[in-house]
Amino acid sequence: MKPTILCVGLLAATALTAVSASAETLRLLTWGSYAPEELIQKFEEKYPDITVEVTFSNNEEMIAKLRATGGAGFDLAQPSHDRIYAAQLEYGIYKPLDLSQINTDVMSPVHLEAVKANTTIDGDVYAVPHQWGTTGLMADMTKAPDVKSWADLCDPKYEGKTSMRLKRTILLATAFAMGQDPFALYSDLDQYQELLDQVADKLIECKGNIKAYWQGGDDLSAMMLSGEIVASETWDSTAYRLYDQNNNIVFIPPETGALTWIDTFAIPAKGNADDAAYKWINFVLEPENITIMSGSTGAIAAVKGGADLLPEDKKAAVNAAFTQEDIDNLKFFANIPPGVEDMEGKTLEKIKAATGG
Amino acid sequence: MSQDTKRLSLILLFAPFALWIVLLILLPHIGMVVLSLREKVAPRVYEFGFGNYVDFMNEPIYWNTLMRTGSMSLLVTVLALLIGFPVAYYIAKIAGKRSRGALFLMCLIPLWVSDLIRAFGWILLLRETGVVSSLLVWSGMTDEGIEFLYNDVTVVVGLVYTVILFMIVPLVSTLDGMGDDMIEAGYNLGGNSLTVLRRIIIPYAMPGIVAGCIVVFMLTSGSYLTPILLGGKNSSWFTEQIYDQFITRFNWESGAAFGILLLAFTSLVVWLGLRLSGQSLANTVART
Repeated sequence: MKPTILCVGLLAATALTAVSASAETLRLLTWGSYAPEELIQKFEEKYPDITVEVTFSNNEEMIAKLRATGGAGFDLAQPSHDRIYAAQLEYGIYKPLDLSQINTDVMSPVHLEAVKANTTIDGDVYAVPHQWGTTGLMADMTKAPDVKSWADLCDPKYEGKTSMRLKRTILLATAFAMGQDPFALYSDLDQYQELLDQVADKLIECKGNIKAYWQGGDDLSAMMLSGEIVASETWDSTAYRLYDQNNNIVFIPPETGALTWIDTFAIPAKGNADDAAYKWINFVLEPENITIMSGSTGAIAAVKGGADLLPEDKKAAVNAAFTQEDIDNLKFFANIPPGVEDMEGKTLEKIKAATGG
Repeated sequence: MSQDTKRLSLILLFAPFALWIVLLILLPHIGMVVLSLREKVAPRVYEFGFGNYVDFMNEPIYWNTLMRTGSMSLLVTVLALLIGFPVAYYIAKIAGKRSRGALFLMCLIPLWVSDLIRAFGWILLLRETGVVSSLLVWSGMTDEGIEFLYNDVTVVVGLVYTVILFMIVPLVSTLDGMGDDMIEAGYNLGGNSLTVLRRIIIPYAMPGIVAGCIVVFMLTSGSYLTPILLGGKNSSWFTEQIYDQFITRFNWESGAAFGILLLAFTSLVVWLGLRLSGQSLANTVART
């Protein structure tokens, strides 16, 4: 009796795999909230022969995952625009895009050109923009009304009541606050190291002022909403979400300019559902889908008039945060040349290991 | 014929073990060693060399983190032993037959919840607006909330809590085997409680103590979640360095070197511990 059951079970299992293999599968490697259930359902209704599988990740883990397999295992990835050039040079994990298959006309030209310029290798373009947003400051206006520069996080007035994320963004931000332009020094790594050392000194000095370094949107939100901290470095989307719950918490573009990231679409080198990937890209570029997407991500789509396609509540938060002047002052992340990742990593370790505060 | 069947069953029984050891333990470690001996000279160009290990030696931050991880793990091990021993003694020797099972089960229950959830539990208790701090404010003992999180004490407490079970289980099973008559004989021969503990109970429980200490030390020095979530601005943990090398710096070569170094370091500490306590793996871990 038992062997029969086993055989039936095996047969059923084989049948199931066979069925799922016959339909095409689009394996998305993306950020949490970048593939809302609503959109996936809509997409699968439109293309019934495609099944969407989603893996949530972040920039570093996306590259690590693709590197481990040489670019296999996923059909569409969404790293930030500054994480493509060096990763492609070093590990060859993406394949060139066929731009004729993508509806680039609807994309906002500034972002499209910025991404193209950053991700073109030997004439091949490896990414197109999807969503963009900024890293800046947020503060509780009732408790810290005059926060406007990165350096204010280190103001003794707010001792033990500020937070930041100990990643490369804060190094760059501190450099800007010191009146330097770190991106300009990327071409001269010795000078860049010098700048990093100064930044490290500054941030080590500041350590006593910081309550804790946040790791992700959730612990930052918890600290901010509970009032344990009054000001912090933040992603704008996190700040907008908190604005929904407490109108005193606003996003503040720092006076040296909010740092701007663009998340992109890139196709992994050994992806085997390119058609489905292009279909997904064009699908999420459709205006009504952009509103659904932005509602989930809290970020602005890199299309013409992207801000107008935000859901109403998010639009209010953005308008409360940005003036036209702030938008003109945006600083786009520059490409990370090989080697810089390592220098910045060492600097971050030095700050983390320093005993202070 | 029966000889063949015997051999076949032996092979079949041995196969899962051999596969596990070779595929999941030996091969990955060999891969790590090979990876750690590759030096990156240019994009996509590697050379054989010890550069990654030299980098470790030359960078005091890495050394300090390793030493910190090692010493805090030792502290956790000692604390777990000090707290776990009386608990294990009570379960094995003092509690009645029926309550013993229940007590043992109660020690096991926290393991049914994942590490991550338990760490978040501590965060809810200890944060500035958390349960403990609010209670203190409410009872009027302090005016302002106190932050208990983000310091080394919290990390040690959290780690002891996570690993203490692995100390209690081997201790209970060793102490269980000790006859009450041995303790009575000790008292009859004129020993006081301290002498009985020192001369009879501890030597008898030594295999369990050593086994528990080894497991706890290894688990602690290799833990990642608890130190990261409960630790603060200054709390570097060596596993975090390894993660950073692999994930944020794309430097698998040096991450692999760090991994091998952590393995070598903890093995060395265990070996030293065995030498100092005059025990060997064969009569401790293998026996419990």
